[in-house]
Amino acid sequence: MNSRATATIHGWLLLLPAMACLALFTHWPAVASFIESFYSTPRARRPARFIGLDNYQQMLADPIFWKAMSNNLWFAIGTIPASIALALLMAVWVNDKIVGRTWVRMAFFTPTILPMIAVANIWLFFFTPQYGLLEQIVGFFGGRSTNWLGSQDTALYAITIVAIWKEAGFFMIFYLAALQALPPSLGEAAAIEGASRWTYFRRIQFPLLMPTTLFVLINAVINAFRMVDHIFVMTRGGPDNATTLLLFYIYQVGFSFWDTAYAATLTCVLLALLALVAFVQYGILERRTHYR
Amino acid sequence: MSAPTAQPATHSSRTDPYAPKGLSLTLESTGAILLAILWVLPLAYAVWAAFHPAEYTTRFELTAPLTLDNFTRAWAAAPFARYFLNTFILVTMILAFQIVLGTLAAYALARQDFWGRDVAFALILAQLMIMPDALIVENYRTLAKVNLIDTIPAIALPYIASAFGIFLLRQTFKTVPKELDDAARVEGASPLQVLMKVYVPLAKPTYIAYGLVSVSYHWNNFLWPLLVTNSVESRPLTVGLQVFSSSDQGIDWAVICAATLMTSAPLLVGFLLFQRQFVQSFMRAGIK
Repeated sequence: MNSRATATIHGWLLLLPAMACLALFTHWPAVASFIESFYSTPRARRPARFIGLDNYQQMLADPIFWKAMSNNLWFAIGTIPASIALALLMAVWVNDKIVGRTWVRMAFFTPTILPMIAVANIWLFFFTPQYGLLEQIVGFFGGRSTNWLGSQDTALYAITIVAIWKEAGFFMIFYLAALQALPPSLGEAAAIEGASRWTYFRRIQFPLLMPTTLFVLINAVINAFRMVDHIFVMTRGGPDNATTLLLFYIYQVGFSFWDTAYAATLTCVLLALLALVAFVQYGILERRTHYR
Repeated sequence: MSAPTAQPATHSSRTDPYAPKGLSLTLESTGAILLAILWVLPLAYAVWAAFHPAEYTTRFELTAPLTLDNFTRAWAAAPFARYFLNTFILVTMILAFQIVLGTLAAYALARQDFWGRDVAFALILAQLMIMPDALIVENYRTLAKVNLIDTIPAIALPYIASAFGIFLLRQTFKTVPKELDDAARVEGASPLQVLMKVYVPLAKPTYIAYGLVSVSYHWNNFLWPLLVTNSVESRPLTVGLQVFSSSDQGIDWAVICAATLMTSAPLLVGFLLFQRQFVQSFMRAGIK
């Protein structure tokens, strides 16, 4: 046996435990969702049978699916730019020698390590009608009473705000690491050229942070499809599906209505969206950002 | 191990021409502190409500009496001791498996040159995109088939092979000088001995960083544990808290806030004590 063959056996033996788990809980379920989306949901005396694209037709005609998609789109539009911009601002601030820097950094980062399900309880109270905190603040200034989580117009905003609050400090960490890794000679050179601080940030720091921005952006996009914990506490998808996001809808269809085939179909849509993100990341964006 | 970040210590001896001074420093500090206050407000409020009697939940008076009553009531109203134990077992189990599986796989990917390595690496990285949360329906079926629903291993299984951990360790192992590896082999060490004696000790900072990230993630994880558990014996804290605050308790905010603080306390206290390590671990885990 030559050494290449030995190395191959060794290599795959080392990979085997991890690969087996990944195959069982990532690769196979992804394929199985795809297969199952072409079958009907098995019921007591009616086994699953092949129904072609019926599930997809049902999905396209399902108003709640479209509602979930548009909610998810607005949730993404609301959370991604805001949390990235806030993260960058936080990082620039904390990178400077401001007063109380350690405390400020800690305050920004704290939401990251708190369980979403726990802080959602606090936010729920914040938004509660009549005696919630926000009501009292609005009432103090003479504003009108609003049921923030009970109104179709405001519930999704409330959900979005909580998500931004939760993840901005997490993204700040990556910007902070990147800012600290920039060579100080860049700032010295820019100062000699007479660049203003804003010019230095816009023309030097921000472009050099592009790899970090890309990394954070990808994470923010994935989070936009993953963050649903607070919905369980704050709205349960309501009122009238105003806060149903795609993953939450998959949960409802799969585990409240037990329509597993339709849930698999919805899963395929989520997987396709994530694949699209991966494609954009590796195919387009990575070629345009310059690495250190 | 040298961290990939530049050392701030060498910077401080030089003056940053763009460091804010005078008025701009005051403005920047004010802005940062205001935002920081806004950011801790929810937590600060929870602390207020939890440590004061229920009638002060929305009345903020400095003279309000302090009490631990809300904590004792929350503790008595639900089996939180059991939930703590379950979560502790869960995060330990997940981390132990993640480290063992991740170390073996990362070593193969970093230092073995073999047929199919790049394909294997690509298949592993797929999990970075397809997070286990997206596959709840099929994973539930799989675990139902082997009768594991409502057990702690069922919560752990989809997460024990972590693409993120494998990737992180692979990057670290790649920075180990090949000469060390060769020297150990010349001495007659087997590949596994080389891994244990050379690579693992040198990757200690990565293990700590990954450990903190993994423990905080799984301590806080909710959706999957909610689906696969339905009894006190297997429920982790997050699910226990949700069951408690949505059904058992009606709307007693003071008690809910106390329970909320209790579930977050171990991570929060750990974070306050080891702030620097936490922040650096999350940084290290994010730099590729």
